Amino acid sequence: MGIITEKLPHVCEHVPGGGVFLTSVDYFINWTRQSSVWPLTFGLACCAIEMMSAYAARFDFDRFGVIPRPTPRQADLLIISGTVTKKMAPVIVKLHQQMPLPRFVISMGACSNCGGPYYDSYSVVKGVDKILPVDIYIPGCPPRPEALMNAVLELHKKIGKMSLADRVNP
Amino acid sequence: MKTTDSNNVQNERVTPPFRSPVTPDEGELSENELWLNMGPQHPSTHGVLRVVLKMEGEIIREARPDVGYLHRGVEKLAENRTYSQFNILTDRNDYLASMLNNWAYCLSVEKLLGVRAPERAEYLRVIVGELNRIASHLVFIGTFGIDIGAFTPFLYAFGREREMVLDLFERLCGARLTYNYIRIGGVMADLPDGWGDQARSFIPHMRRCLKEYDDLLTYNPIFLDRTKGIGAIPKDKAVSYGLSGPNLRASGVSTDLRKDEPYGIYDRFQFKPAVGTTGDTWDRYFVRRLEIEESLNIVEQALNSLPEGDILAKGQRPTVRPPVGESYAQIEGARGWLGIYLVSDGTERPYRLHVRGPSFINLTILQEMLKGWKIADVVAILGSLDVVLGEVDR
Ligand code: SF4
Repeated sequence: MGIITEKLPHVCEHVPGGGVFLTSVDYFINWTRQSSVWPLTFGLACCAIEMMSAYAARFDFDRFGVIPRPTPRQADLLIISGTVTKKMAPVIVKLHQQMPLPRFVISMGACSNCGGPYYDSYSVVKGVDKILPVDIYIPGCPPRPEALMNAVLELHKKIGKMSLADRVNP
Repeated sequence: MKTTDSNNVQNERVTPPFRSPVTPDEGELSENELWLNMGPQHPSTHGVLRVVLKMEGEIIREARPDVGYLHRGVEKLAENRTYSQFNILTDRNDYLASMLNNWAYCLSVEKLLGVRAPERAEYLRVIVGELNRIASHLVFIGTFGIDIGAFTPFLYAFGREREMVLDLFERLCGARLTYNYIRIGGVMADLPDGWGDQARSFIPHMRRCLKEYDDLLTYNPIFLDRTKGIGAIPKDKAVSYGLSGPNLRASGVSTDLRKDEPYGIYDRFQFKPAVGTTGDTWDRYFVRRLEIEESLNIVEQALNSLPEGDILAKGQRPTVRPPVGESYAQIEGARGWLGIYLVSDGTERPYRLHVRGPSFINLTILQEMLKGWKIADVVAILGSLDVVLGEVDR
């Protein structure tokens, strides 16, 4: 992947009609990325149980190419499924930094969106977006597994708009 | 720094580096030893538990659990919530058995108020409580299988049977996980049409599936090798550490609050608490599997004798103002004795609330239990205690 991102724009300058060429590479790479969004096996609180339901037999998340990985080094997606406490926050930041680029974050549930039912607690971070950049927010307490699937489909759309040329900080 | 593009941001460190009291020190190690950190992000710690292990080769010499990664301060929050408002936070303590949490809390408030739920509400509480216990034990069977390396029971127990229970709950109160169904003085809603039949048809299905689990998991030779004789808790130690629930019964102590101090209407049902013999990891699994059967019996009896009538005590309003005093109510939760202690100062908010979370107390034995076992047994022993971190840290 590193070779493509470094070399590709350079190659394209020399190819007549390179724009077309670049778009189709974009399309191909985005398509491969979309079809295997691998989240980190990482549950925080109650929402994690609904996340597990999504992986289990009835909802069958594998249909969208979503297969949980136990280590951040192999994951593309971090699903923050639950309450982020002040003790947990540095760990989450570290996990996020350990994930290879490009990486995405879904904030699942009221707690990680804004603190949820614990909005006035002394030990809860009021929203994971205070410590991490978030791509998709899912409302609900807990959100249904279908809502999580919808979030991943929205993420597919977002990935579909990515282009190798916009990468500022690879 | 708020942005929606996660790829172009360099994260800042927002919290100062935190040094936990269990953080290991190189100086404490002798030759051949090393510190191994497990969690808080680990697929087998069932949430955010951290255990620091001192290893000598593969053998564990010392284990230091570190809790608090999910501490949400509910006991403090209770002081800012009215009695009815706090009910929703009890759902989220032990999120695998929300109904039972609601029940313990409502019993405690009812004790303060001197109210009793009507007959039909008591039956409904038993039905949903036992169904929730089944759902919680099904999660245990599924995740424990994964810990040991068997993936199929997860798909069956968690993805098929548990979903059937959740369907029942969803029809009843609209939620899949956090129900808030049991209210102070009764329950939230009456059964919808056809609910009883749906619940009745679940019972024989579940009984059939238990046989299936026996073939798949319970008597599977690999599973037996990984669990038989591992992490045994002797009777006296289980009692002295204050274990309760299935973990205590697995060690051969037959205590069950539903039998010993029947709350609600449990004295009307025929069942016998499941008891293990040696208290090893397999026993703790098997006791829960037997408990599902007992719970099915109770649900069946309750459905058959369900009386007509009110579901909420007469004149019960959402805002309650209990008299000055204190109360403690405990029930047999899915993980042990779940108690709620309340102090009232006569206002509409509790003055002090304390949750006796069985998971927390069951977890205290981990330190002692892990010593001398191999690293591969850690997930088996930890999984068999069946702790929910929401209840441990609260
Ligand atoms: S949003 Fe609700 S269900 Fe999800 S972790 Fe928070 S309290 Fe639990």
